[in-house]
Formats: sequence, C-alpha cells, structure tokens
Amino acid sequence: MNNTTNKNTKFQRFLASDFFYHFKRDKLAIISSIIFLILILLAILSPLVAPYNPYDLQILDIMDSELPPVWQQGGDPRFLLGTDDQGRDLWSTILYGMRVSLMIGILAVLLQGVIGITIGLVAGYVGGRTDNLLMRIADVQLSFSTLMVAIIILAIVQSAFGSDAFNQWAMVILILIIGLAEWPQIARTVRSSVLAEKEKEYVDAAKVMGFSPIRIMFKHILPNCLSPIFVISTVQIANAIITEASLSFLGLGMPVTEPSLGSLISIGKQYLFSGSWWITLIPGAFLILLVIVINLLGDFLRDTFNPKLYKD
Amino acid sequence: MYSPSQASPLLSVENLSVAFNQGIKKGPNQEIQALSDISFELVEGEVLGVVGESGCGKSTLARAILQLQAITSGQVLWQGEDLTKNTNDQNKAMREHIQLIFQDPLDALNPRMTVAQIIAEPLYNLKPELSKQEIQNRVVELMLAMGLQEQQKNRYPHEFSGGQCQRIGIARAMILNPKLLICDEPVSALDVSIQAQIINLLMDLKSRTGMSMIFISHDLSIVRQVCDRVLVLYKGQVVETGNASDIYENPQHAYTQKLLDSIPLADPAMERKRIG
Repeated sequence: MNNTTNKNTKFQRFLASDFFYHFKRDKLAIISSIIFLILILLAILSPLVAPYNPYDLQILDIMDSELPPVWQQGGDPRFLLGTDDQGRDLWSTILYGMRVSLMIGILAVLLQGVIGITIGLVAGYVGGRTDNLLMRIADVQLSFSTLMVAIIILAIVQSAFGSDAFNQWAMVILILIIGLAEWPQIARTVRSSVLAEKEKEYVDAAKVMGFSPIRIMFKHILPNCLSPIFVISTVQIANAIITEASLSFLGLGMPVTEPSLGSLISIGKQYLFSGSWWITLIPGAFLILLVIVINLLGDFLRDTFNPKLYKD
Repeated sequence: MYSPSQASPLLSVENLSVAFNQGIKKGPNQEIQALSDISFELVEGEVLGVVGESGCGKSTLARAILQLQAITSGQVLWQGEDLTKNTNDQNKAMREHIQLIFQDPLDALNPRMTVAQIIAEPLYNLKPELSKQEIQNRVVELMLAMGLQEQQKNRYPHEFSGGQCQRIGIARAMILNPKLLICDEPVSALDVSIQAQIINLLMDLKSRTGMSMIFISHDLSIVRQVCDRVLVLYKGQVVETGNASDIYENPQHAYTQKLLDSIPLADPAMERKRIG
C-alpha cells in the first residue's frame, strides 16, 4: 500500500477535508476545542498536575479549611484557589472532580450509544411492528424525566444497600442510570437516518449479494449514519455531565470523599452566606465552561455535517 | 446469437403479480397493482429487453426476480427452482448466479467503502473459501477489464465520475461470474458518450462470458441494439412480446407503436415529416 501514488495518508486527507476547512474558518470552534482539549488533558493528568491528592484524607488539616483564593486577603500561597470546608485544596479537587464528571459523561454516553444504536438500527431497518413497539418503548422512557428516574433509583439503592456500599459504587450506578435513561435520544436519531439510508441502492446491492440483515445494518448502514450519531453524542455528554452534577448537588451522586464538580458545588452552598463563595462559584465556573465548550463543539459538528439544517 | 429451440429456460417467470399497499388500511381499494400476471422465459445467452414508460413496473420486475420485493402471487423459477418459496439462506446459491446493475451509479456504491472493498464484497459472502490474495488478484484483474486503473483501488466512490462508478458497479456484479445479469436502466443516469462506452462494455462482457441479460430501459434505441427479444410493459402488464426486430419493424399493439414513435430521429427533415 506504500506505493508512490498513495501519498494521501489519513492525516493529509483530514487536512484537505471539508471538515477541516470549515473548522479553520470557525473561530468559536477553534477556541472551544482548545479549551476542551486543555480541560480534558488537565482531567486525565490530574494526578500529575494537581498539587495535592484530594482523596488522601491524611494530608488534610482542619486548620486550613475555608481559606480563600490567593488573591484575596487571608489567602494562603499553598492553595491557589483556596480550600473547602475540610481543608482540601480546591484546585486539586476541581481537577479530580472534572475527571470524575467527564468519565461519567463519556461512559454514560457510550452505554447510551450501544443501546440506542442497536435499537435504532433494528427499528429503522426492520420497520413495521418491531419499529412501532421499540419506538413506543422509547416514548414511554422519554416521558419520565431523567432526573426523576435517577432520584427514585438512587434513593432506593441508597436505602437498600446502605450508604457505604452506595458510595463505593456511586460512579458505576450513575453511569448505568444516565445511560439507561437517555438511550431514546440516540435511538431516535439513528432510526431516522437509517430510514433515509435504507432506501439507497447500495443497501439493495448488499441484499443482492445475500448478506444477512445484521451485516447490512452494521457494516453498510451504520457507517453512513455516523455523523448524526457523533453530533448527538457530543450534546449528550454535556447533558450527562449536567445530570450527574444535578444529582450530586442533591446529594444522590458522588460521595463527599470523592467529589465531582456537582458535589463540590453542593458542599459550598452551605458556606455561601458565610462569605466562602469560592467553594461553590469556582467549581461552578469550571462546570459551565466544560458544558459550554462541549455544546459549542456539538453545534459546530451539527452545522458542518448537516449544512441544510438550522441555517438561514 | 439466440435461437428459441435451445434447452430448458434459465429463468422463467410465471403469472407474477406484485401489489403495493398504499395508505393505512389494508384492503383491495388501497392496493396499487404494480405488476399483474407477468410471464416470460429466458434461455441461456439471451438478452431480453424490458421497455415501458416511467412507473410501468420495470424496476419492480427486477426487484421481484431478485426477491428484493415481496410478490403477491406467481412463481419465479431459476433453473426449475422456485425462488419465491425459498428462505434467504436457500437462495444463497441463486445470489451467485443473478446479479444486478443499478440505475444511479453513485447511490449504488457504499460511500464509506473503498473501490477494492466494494468490488470484493460479494466474494466474502458467497465465496468464503478464497484467500485474501486471490480476492485481491481477482479485483485488480476485473478493474483492468472494466477500464479502471489499479492505483484507483483505494479511493472512495465520490472521487469517481458517473461512468466510472457504473464500471465499478459492473465489476462488483461480474466478480461472481453470474449467469444472469439484470441491468436496471444502467445508462439512463449517464450522458450519451458514456452511455455508448458502458453499453459496449456490457455487450463485450456478454459475448465473452455467454451470460444472459435482462436489460431494463426506457430508451428504445439502446434496447434495439442490445436485445434479442423485447417485452413491452404498460401499467404493469405485458402488452407485447417478441423478437426485437419484429417489434421494431412491425409493432402490433397501439402502445408499442406510440412508444416507437417517441424515439427522436437524428434527421430533422424526417422528424418533421413524421410529426407532420
């Protein structure tokens, strides 16, 4: 394959693509993706970047609690963004919390993706009664708010297994709940693109070759439905992060010992009126920044992949 | 080329009917009869033309023969075996022998696969015993035979012109050495100079392999050139069938005459005389 005529490597092809062309011209997309990459890198490398390990309870000193950020009066140069009520370095805790938030967001969307893509493909391709049944199930699922389902299940799990067991498995349970509650979003998107794709002649061509429906669905139709899946997944990651933060804020999410951004905001709200605004507002700002850049990237992807939509 | 006294037919279609259900309620009033009571036979090496206006059921006929379309009644016998009663797995043997060429050359190729993958695909399902190297050799050999170049094999369909895409589609159909090639308006999406090339390519393949063809078209002048026998469809029914030369020189049915009159003549003087 390395002959001279095949100079186009994948990377060169990407640089020459329409996608990259639009990207270069969209300042908002460039800025968002730079911020997003920085946030992701900080989150992944948090054990290396963070000055302290917020999960290590032994290094905490209660005397350090509620210290303001360095630029404020009374700030301690050891703690850049101040400390929370237990004397944890806020900057380190935010980095670790962002890792938790992103992990829950991405894994929950992966789970949604597996369920949603399979159901959407089958519903769209098989059609008829199967389609009706699956889409009605999706409608029922959508008629419950995700938060409501999550609160009920989390409350039941917490009281059934005790809060120790719950704290240990909180992340897995959150991923499962958000993943299971939001699959219809992806299933619907997939179904509608399958409906358009399956009328194309290449699908008939695959049938003439005698391929099984499963191979036609996954090998032929699915690769051609990837752009809308990509777009909605981005938005769903932002949604999942918000859902997780809301649940943690309500005390049903990540435990205080392994706080996510939402739990930090929740911890801080008790101290808001005693003047310690930073425990709530700084993690809140990071959460907003993270969600905004993901949503902006989602908007950019949607406009690029589907220029007919949402443009005047 | 074709002589009617040859052995038993390769494909015979008997009393084939297809109805589409239009609307929500089921019932005879909601049905549209796409094909009614079609019967014909095809022997080895024969080229059968199917002509008719848009919407007369030409493509539905092709889809019904290939079991892409559920039929209401009738039989499709491939070498004596009824395809309509078989399951998908049982029809696998038939898939090797009957292949289809599509109307829209680009739409018929999966946009996310390279040319080599597209052409080789039928082999993965129907000839799993072949090694990767054998498949690659066969793909390259066919690409060259179709007038494509070997270094194009890692490109994607959208990088090709319509005529080249149709060549890729023909290569994909020919890789199994089919006994019957159904061409569903293979050239109607191409411009005239390319049309001639593709028709010549098809005729060349036909004379080299001796396969049969069903050639569906609304372009009567092309059908006249390539077909031994012609089937005229009108509103899902066969109005006339016979040897190509007979139909063109001595059309019996009023509809056939009308169709033939609609062929534009190259000479303006003659064209005016005919209209006048």
